[in-house]
Amino acid sequence: MHNDESTEDEGPSLASNRTLEIIVALLFLAGSAIVIYDSARLGFGWIEGQGPAPGYFPFYVALAMGIASLVTLFQALRGSFPGGDDSFVSVVGFGRVLTVLIPSVFYVMLIGGVNLGPIGIPGLGLYVASAIFITLFMIFIGKDNPLKSALVGIGIPLTLFFMFEKWFQVPLPKGPLEAMLGY
Amino acid sequence: MEELSSLMHGFAVVLTPFNLFLMCVGILLGVIIGVLPGLGGANGVAILLPLTFSMPPTSAIIMLTCIYWGALFGGAITSILFNIPGEPWSVATTFDGHPMAQRGRADEALTAAFTSSFIGAFFAVVLITFLAPVVARFALKFGPAEFFAVFFLTFASFIGMGKGSPWKTLAAMCLGLALASVGLDKVTGTLRLTFGHTELLTGFDFLIAVIGLFGIGEILASMESGLKFQGATAKIRMDAVLQTWKKLPQYWATSLRSCAIGCWMGITPGGATPASFMSYALAKRFSKNGDNFGKGEIEGVIAPETAAHAAGTAAMLPMLTLGIPGSPTAAVLLGGLLIWGLQPGPLLFIEQKEFVWGLIASMYLGNVVGLIIVLTCVPLFAAILRIPFSIIAPAILVICAVGAYTVNNSMFDVWLMLVFGLAGYVFNKLGYPLAPLVLAIVLGSKAEESFRQALLGSQGDLTVFFSNWLVGGIMGLGMVMLFWPLIAMVVGKIRGGTKSATA
Repeated sequence: MHNDESTEDEGPSLASNRTLEIIVALLFLAGSAIVIYDSARLGFGWIEGQGPAPGYFPFYVALAMGIASLVTLFQALRGSFPGGDDSFVSVVGFGRVLTVLIPSVFYVMLIGGVNLGPIGIPGLGLYVASAIFITLFMIFIGKDNPLKSALVGIGIPLTLFFMFEKWFQVPLPKGPLEAMLGY
Repeated sequence: MEELSSLMHGFAVVLTPFNLFLMCVGILLGVIIGVLPGLGGANGVAILLPLTFSMPPTSAIIMLTCIYWGALFGGAITSILFNIPGEPWSVATTFDGHPMAQRGRADEALTAAFTSSFIGAFFAVVLITFLAPVVARFALKFGPAEFFAVFFLTFASFIGMGKGSPWKTLAAMCLGLALASVGLDKVTGTLRLTFGHTELLTGFDFLIAVIGLFGIGEILASMESGLKFQGATAKIRMDAVLQTWKKLPQYWATSLRSCAIGCWMGITPGGATPASFMSYALAKRFSKNGDNFGKGEIEGVIAPETAAHAAGTAAMLPMLTLGIPGSPTAAVLLGGLLIWGLQPGPLLFIEQKEFVWGLIASMYLGNVVGLIIVLTCVPLFAAILRIPFSIIAPAILVICAVGAYTVNNSMFDVWLMLVFGLAGYVFNKLGYPLAPLVLAIVLGSKAEESFRQALLGSQGDLTVFFSNWLVGGIMGLGMVMLFWPLIAMVVGKIRGGTKSATA
């Protein structure tokens, strides 16, 4: 049961499907609780002349979501899913997922900047951030030749720039470099 | 034959050099989207939506629908040559398409796939031409209760026809409906579920959800499996095309059956993916060569491809006539129509005649142009798959970020896209279906509005949903769909019981 093909060549399993089922079902339940809480504030009964109160629809939707998630949670806890003990993701596989996810988070930060209380960094705009992201991704994760990486990394945002700013006239976030060049 | 003259008028609208140019661009972009992992019909169209803002609506919708046709064609290329389904609806095509390619019959398989896609789509367009005006005229009589009943049937169909856990389908759908209710309540003007965050005032845009769930989610999944492309080289020789075309007519029964399955599954929101599987299974059962299925039988390529295209095209019918899309991609197209100020629904056929018939005419032309382009350009598209993933992955991420930003010019949406991406990755692996989630976000507010209007009209009496044969019939069908998993279980138990009793 614990040694299906994917875990054999991908190293040990990080988490089983069952663990993830339980986590996701609990998240659904939390979401359901939030919606029910706000629906209760808005009222989920009948308002004379207006029909069902604003919370009516969300309340019953959240109720159905909660019941469905409880069933899923119960099934997962009882272990009655086929393949429930199989690996959801291996350590190696999850590592590869993180190699895209973490750079993506930094990429989005680079575009728009960060504004978290005392930490405030202005964004570089989409074009410059994309150039940095693609180049570094290719060099460090794709293990590509740095020159080729830089060429692709500059080429793609440049194409986007002409497509969006010039041809289709849809403005994208711009930063200090574009301001320097007069855009 | 009022439809035919309207259609001819539609052709006159479409046949301008600019529109034909957009058609070719759309098909090419669509095939590229269909071939690349992480970009599919729905999010491909969502990302390219802003590019069309400056065009006239008819030209814009022509380009967007052509992207969709292109994506439908493109899915077959990767399935056959690389055994990687570019789209979920082309999974069934890999079963026989790839074995054919391994035996050096790739050109036959590709020709069969493209031609049957074309036949499926053509059948569905003919159906739309004659059925859509009828449905639209009929739907003019719909009141809020009837509309809610149709929404209910749409949602219930996902539970009845989904193949995973019905509880997960229900949870995913309710999540979509809950997300749809965030923001300003249109009826009373109160703020719902915003908890004081101004970013949430306008609610969640489903385009962001589409780009995140399908685009980013797919990239994360591809990355996890350490995707490497290995495939046969392909060239389509003209004589192979003609040879295959000579063979195709003998499979007319399979084609016709697949067309019918596809159209049915497309109009009801079953969608292209279950249609392709169902059509494949039925072709296998009815074919003389059923035992050869899975080893490279041409019929095993024809059946799923015909059905997938028929379904993908037929999904446009409820979108245009009722404003209820039959697939996520149709939902994105609906979003586009709303942005251009066109309200899909029965009135569209009266108020925007030129637009509607132009669109239908473009479906005919788009599929003809598409067939020619894909038959001639296969080597080019196969070459795209030799671009290393280390370039494709960041490039697609950048394109998704651009797409998400341009929806509302908001960086918050780009962050939201990443969150949806992570959710899409996890949901996909656990079997939470994404299509009902997306459709629920799109349709949630309209479903709620018609529900509240109906109840207001009846003074809160819930029997309004069963007050006449029409609304009662639709609701009844919806109820059957909703409880179908339960019914199937009970029937299965009784059958199993009698079997064990006789054995």
